[in-house]
Amino acid sequence: MSALIINFTLNGEPANARVLAPLSLLDVLRDQLELPGSKNACEQGECGSCSVMLDDELVCSCLVMAGDIEGSRVTTVEGMANGRVLNAVQQAMHEAGAVQCGFCTPGIVVAATDLFEANPKPTTDEIKEALAGNICRCTGYGAIIRAFEDLAGTT
Amino acid sequence: MNVHHPTTFDEALAAKAAGAVPLAGGTDLMVEVNFGHARPTEVVSLRRIDEVKEFEGRRIGSGVSWRRIENHGPRALAQAARTVGSPQIRNAGTIGGNLATASPAGDGHPFLAAVDAQIELASVDGRRTIPWDEFFVGVKKTSMADDELISAVVLPDSLPERHEFGKIGVRNAMVISTVCAVVTRDDQRTTVALGSVAPTPMRARRAEEMISAVSNPSDKDLAEFQRLVSDEVRPITDHRSTEEYRRHAAGVLSRRLLERCLR
Ligand SMILES: Cc1cc2nc3c(=O)[nH]c(=O)nc-3n(C[C@H](O)[C@H](O)[C@H](O)COP(=O)(O)OP(=O)(O)OC[C@H]3O[C@@H](n4cnc5c(N)ncnc54)[C@H](O)[C@@H]3O)c2cc1C
Ligand code: FES
Ligand code: FES
Repeated sequence: MSALIINFTLNGEPANARVLAPLSLLDVLRDQLELPGSKNACEQGECGSCSVMLDDELVCSCLVMAGDIEGSRVTTVEGMANGRVLNAVQQAMHEAGAVQCGFCTPGIVVAATDLFEANPKPTTDEIKEALAGNICRCTGYGAIIRAFEDLAGTT
Repeated sequence: MNVHHPTTFDEALAAKAAGAVPLAGGTDLMVEVNFGHARPTEVVSLRRIDEVKEFEGRRIGSGVSWRRIENHGPRALAQAARTVGSPQIRNAGTIGGNLATASPAGDGHPFLAAVDAQIELASVDGRRTIPWDEFFVGVKKTSMADDELISAVVLPDSLPERHEFGKIGVRNAMVISTVCAVVTRDDQRTTVALGSVAPTPMRARRAEEMISAVSNPSDKDLAEFQRLVSDEVRPITDHRSTEEYRRHAAGVLSRRLLERCLR
C-alpha cells in the first residue's frame, strides 16, 4: 500500500504527515506530530476529548480521516493560548477550578472557545448544550459550567 | 491508500464507479475504521464539492450538515437535527451519510417518510429519483447501486401545515433513538412515521387512516390512535431496549406529537 503525503495548516503553521492507513487525524496529531493535547478516550465521537477545529468547525478529530485534511486548517488545543497567555476560556476554567484529572479539559477548552467565539454571552442552557459532546468523569460539570457562566457574565 | 478530493460531483461519481468508498462527515464511517470493521484503501471525500452542499427550497444536498439543517431546515427536520449527537457530530455529519448508513435509528428518516420525500441518486450514467420507501430496503441496506451516490433529498413542494419530531432515549443529549417519530397534520390529513421500530423507517398507515377521518379528535380517538400505532410497529429487543417498551413508547410518542400538531 503506498503512503499518502498530506499537507495542511496546523495551528497556523504549514504541516505535513505521511499516512499509510485510513488513520484518524487524532492518531496523526498524537503519534506523528507530537501534539498530545487532543486526547483519545473513545475513538467513536462520544467523549469529545479529541475536539479540534477543522476549517473553523468544531469536530471530533477521531472521526476525521487524516487523508481528508489535505489543504485544510486544523487548530488543536495547543493553538488556543497565545504563547503562554491563556485564552479567556482557559483562564475562566483555571480561575473556577474547573479541572480535576484534566483528561477532558483540552476538549472542553476547544468546544467552549468555539462557543464563546460564536456567542460571547451564552445562557446556562446554551453552555450546557454546547458542551453536550464533552464528557467529564470527574467534576460533575458544576465548576465547568460555573467557569463559563462567570465568563459570560450571566450569573 | 488513496483519498480523492474532487471539487466536482462528476469527478466523485467517476471515483465511485471505480470503487472508491465515499466519505462525507465521517461520523459513521470513521467509527467503523477505528474499530477495525472497515479498512478502505480508495476513498472519495465529498467535503469539497459545492453541489452537494446546496440547500435551496425543497432540495437538500446530500452533503448538508445537521448543523445547517438545525438552523435552516423545516421545523420537524430541524428538531430531528438538533438531537443528532453533539455539536461536534452535527458539524460534521450529513443528511446523505445518515441515509446511506440506513441505520434503523437514523433520526433524519422519519421526517422524510412522513412527508413522502424523494431521494435523488446519481451515477456516471445519469440521475434517478426514487421515493423514500424504495430507498430503504432493510437494516443498513438501501437500493443504491454500487456506482451510485446520493446527490440530494427532495421534499414535496408543499409541506403539511403542522409537523413535529420527537425522540425517546435514555438521556437528553448524545443518544441514539429508542424510538423516534414524526407526526404531520394538514387540515385533517395526518401522517405518522417512526424510526427504530422496524428494519426501515415506517408509516403507521392504519393509525393515519383512523385519525385522518376525525376533525376534532377526542381523548378516546387519541387513545385509539395510540393503540393502533403500538399495534402496527414491528420492533425488536436489542441492547438498547425491548420490543414491549418500544411498542408502548411508539404509541405514546406519536400521540404526544399529534397533540402538539393539534394545538
Ligand atoms: C457520537 C455519535 C452520535 C451520533 N448520534 C446520532 C443521532 O443521534 N442520530 C442519528 O441519526 N445518527 C447519529 N449518529 C450517526 C451519524 O452521525 C449520522 O448518521 C450522520 O448523519 C452520518 O453522516 P456522515 O456525513 O458523517 O457520514 P459518513 O460517516 O461520512 O458516511 C456514512 C456512510 O455513508 C456513505 N456515504 C456518505 N455520503 C454518501 C453519499 N452522498 N452517497 C452515498 N453514500 C454516502 C459512506 O460511504 C458511509 O458508508 C451519531 C454518530 C456518532 C459518532
Ligand atoms: S476520542 Fe474522539 S470523541 Fe472520544
Ligand atoms: S476533569 Fe477528569 S474527566 Fe474531566
